[in-house]
Amino acid sequence: LSRRLFAQSGRLLSLAASQRRPMTSSNASSQEPGDTLAIDDDFDPDLLPLGDIRRYPNHRPLDCGQRAFLAVGSGVACLAAPWRDDMISAFGETTGEWALRRLRDDMLANEEGRRILAERPRIRTVEGGGSIDLEALRRLPEGSLGRAYADFLDRYGYSPDHRRTVCFVDDPELAYVMQRYREIHDLNHVLLGQGTDFLGEVVVKWFEAFQTGLPMCVTGAFLGSLRLRPKQTRRYLQEGGYLAYALRTGSDADLTINYYFERNWHQPLAEVRQQLRIEEPPNLK
Amino acid sequence: PKMQCRQLLRCISRSPATSSSSCFGVTRRQVHQPGGFDTSFGFEEVEPGQKQDRVNQVFNRVSNSYDLMNDLMSAGLHRCWKRRFVASANPRPGWRVVDVAGGTGDIALGLLEWSRRLPGRAPPPVRVAPGDGSVDSFREAAERQTAAAEAEAPAGCTVSVVDPSPSMMQVGSAKASAKGSTFASSIQWLEGRAESLPLDEASSDLYTIAFGMRNCTDLPGVLREAHRVLKPYGRFACLEFCSVENPLLSILYDEYSFRVIPPMGLLVAGDWDSYEYLVESIRRFPHQTLFANMMREAGFSAVNYEVLWPGVCCIHSGYKLPSVK
Repeated sequence: LSRRLFAQSGRLLSLAASQRRPMTSSNASSQEPGDTLAIDDDFDPDLLPLGDIRRYPNHRPLDCGQRAFLAVGSGVACLAAPWRDDMISAFGETTGEWALRRLRDDMLANEEGRRILAERPRIRTVEGGGSIDLEALRRLPEGSLGRAYADFLDRYGYSPDHRRTVCFVDDPELAYVMQRYREIHDLNHVLLGQGTDFLGEVVVKWFEAFQTGLPMCVTGAFLGSLRLRPKQTRRYLQEGGYLAYALRTGSDADLTINYYFERNWHQPLAEVRQQLRIEEPPNLK
Repeated sequence: PKMQCRQLLRCISRSPATSSSSCFGVTRRQVHQPGGFDTSFGFEEVEPGQKQDRVNQVFNRVSNSYDLMNDLMSAGLHRCWKRRFVASANPRPGWRVVDVAGGTGDIALGLLEWSRRLPGRAPPPVRVAPGDGSVDSFREAAERQTAAAEAEAPAGCTVSVVDPSPSMMQVGSAKASAKGSTFASSIQWLEGRAESLPLDEASSDLYTIAFGMRNCTDLPGVLREAHRVLKPYGRFACLEFCSVENPLLSILYDEYSFRVIPPMGLLVAGDWDSYEYLVESIRRFPHQTLFANMMREAGFSAVNYEVLWPGVCCIHSGYKLPSVK
């Protein structure tokens, strides 16, 4: 209500400000180029947004009550209907404010992370508005990061364009951090050598939970692990198993969100892992 | 004239994007198309030709969870309103009813049930078979004979449901089949728009439209078409959300509509925009007295409206008198 009142009063003030002053000779002489007091003739008060201000495309501003309602509701929906990816996205966005802020500060502290925040690259195909050329990635030598990523996408029939756009985060920079995290997810699968079966997803979620601290990752990892099948649970819990690997790697590795993937497709995967301090995944099949 | 002045003042004093008595938190850009007057799609201004397509898209997307969302949004109140609507429409057995924008069949099934339960149609006499005389055999015999009588000549009215969205009507015909074959056989599902009904002139005793009028592009056209298909002394009944007069209720209603319903639509139906359109289209609908005037201009007589509790929707009704030659 207060936001709407503010918007209304702003509009009234701008309407008042747009009244023309009579052009006297003293006025005319003071209107030099670059004079900040000059009246903008093109100013149209009808173009001021009335109500919530959308700070980036697809932004949906929420107030406290709506945010709480969506957080609880989407959490319930994630458990009841785990195939609904829009609920997983909504849960992550509505509950991730604090974690995103911490992650953004970590990115600012890192040189490459700061470059990413400044340039805001998107991992999307060229048709989808980004810079990924899947054909070029497929032609890269075996064992390179780009080739491994293209193989991963082809094996499961994914496309980088399938990721939803962030809409419930209010700060545009934090929204970009969330978007970058979402687009990095498939690359985390490649770096950790995990598939998209349940066990692989749980391992990647633990890794991301340590790296980002997002509540969605923590709850997803924990609750997802409760739904593993018996054989998967054995491989997960045994000595040197996947859980130990995920916890170790998650806490030791550097932030993958700070890695500029778009410039390093040609790098061998093993070297990238070494650089980010990610262990080779255990082979327990 | 007093009501029209008030409506006009409301339009001038606030921007076209505000609701009846309080502000809302939705920003809508005004999209002005060159040429062609602008119709409203929620609060976004679109050309009339575009509006029908966009409305169809909305209903094709929400058809699967439409009934569930209605129950959640109104906490089950919509059933009371629809039951009251059917009671006030009062279809008699043998009538031909046209139900416009009745996609999921709530009103059609209610009308059928109402007309079948009316007194004047005596239940068939149950002849007790010479059996063991126990209660169960009597009950079975009664059920068998009632079912046979029903199958012979289902009483009640016949309903033609006209809706532009085939997916909504699919949901409705599934519901009708689940209720029974006699119900399904008494309902005819026609695809069409309210502005041009696929029905003959003077073919219906009753015209009903429930919560569909606000989605129509051309309200005077819809009313003229309704006047066309009604028989002389036929009745027009329209259930629609109305302007809320009580100021406290209006504030609560606006807050609830604009802040709770779209997120609920996202959680249940996976669609925020469609439910935002639905609540905005309610605000764009004319005031109940203005709509009554539009009905009079279309040729309806004895036009009346009745506001249902708690004051967010009302039933408009009118009669078509035979034309004086």
